Amino acid sequence: MVKLILRKEEFEVKAGMTVQHALEKVGLDSHSVLATRQGELLTDDEILHEGDVIKLVPVISGGKL
Amino acid sequence: MKCRKCTEKAVINMRQHKLALCKTHYPQWIIDQTQRFVEKYLMFTPQERVLVAVSGGKDSLSLWDILWQLGYQVDGLYIGLGIDGGIGYSDESQRLSEQFAHDRDLRLNIVDVEGEYGRTVPELAQKTHRGKGKPCSVCGLSKRHIMNQAAVQGGYDVLVTGHNLDDEAAVLFGNALNWITGYMLRQGPVLDARAGMVRKAKPLCRFYEREMAAYALVRGIDYIYDECPHAVGSKTIYYKELLNRLEADRPGAKQSFYLSFLQAKENGLFRTPDPEQVSSQEIGVDGKLLHPCPTCGQPTTTGGECAFCRMVADIR
Repeated sequence: MVKLILRKEEFEVKAGMTVQHALEKVGLDSHSVLATRQGELLTDDEILHEGDVIKLVPVISGGKL
Repeated sequence: MKCRKCTEKAVINMRQHKLALCKTHYPQWIIDQTQRFVEKYLMFTPQERVLVAVSGGKDSLSLWDILWQLGYQVDGLYIGLGIDGGIGYSDESQRLSEQFAHDRDLRLNIVDVEGEYGRTVPELAQKTHRGKGKPCSVCGLSKRHIMNQAAVQGGYDVLVTGHNLDDEAAVLFGNALNWITGYMLRQGPVLDARAGMVRKAKPLCRFYEREMAAYALVRGIDYIYDECPHAVGSKTIYYKELLNRLEADRPGAKQSFYLSFLQAKENGLFRTPDPEQVSSQEIGVDGKLLHPCPTCGQPTTTGGECAFCRMVADIR
């Protein structure tokens, strides 16, 4: 399995799918979060491997002027 | 996916540009593009003094980093709003802004709202009953006033903010839903100076929000990940999510929406009531003529004190 972590939330998806597919599976999209593995940014077509821990970095903020 | 410019692994794919770049070429592309936009929209020159408003977030710290790398004379301004939200939001954002400045030996000016005016922004909002229970309108009013005041008093030529294309598209979307043309007339990459108000510019207005988050990550900029606790559920975030759904189906839709608007404005779609008599710089968003506030000197359409000075007078 692959673990996706967004702030305090955790999701699990099957290994072998792409970042984009994994995000869709958990109801997210690549315009709202960036996927990182061991601090490295991943593109949407990156294949996720068994045991991967993917940290999702939120993109959208709403506190500007 | 490979980088367009070399054989390295790409860290970002920008579908609207059909461009994928690696961790070396991506930040350089952002820096080069920023320089192009600064020149294209006549934002400022290397001879001018620039004040960048920083919040500790990804956009403003990235903007400061980019302008610093480009060699501009750029100082920072941090406004302590006194927002806690159970996570020490303002304290942490100030710490990150100070750390950023310290690491690069840059000058950071700090204005503490509670120290200057005796109350934090949430307290000001509560005391004055503005903003329907949320401090966002008082926060915006205070930040706009203090940023301009700091830029004028500090002798800066231009005040820059980290607004990205998603910010601009969301504001435009909200204003277009209600055809608030006064705001639309004034929205753009640059707002020229006028009596009592310094020039304002948004050098990141052509970059998507995810591109700025990616830049901050690739550059190793330590920024505050937490959202302002008061922004949760805001209209801006809702509009951004709607626009992102459009973008997912039609790559480039957000960019096209914003750039087409700028072009339409350039073509004269939005005009002042009487362009022969008055320029857009002399009227406010409500279409009324601007006058200097007798207390602070900043332009206002009220005829008397500006909204910020009235608010401060109320609590005193």
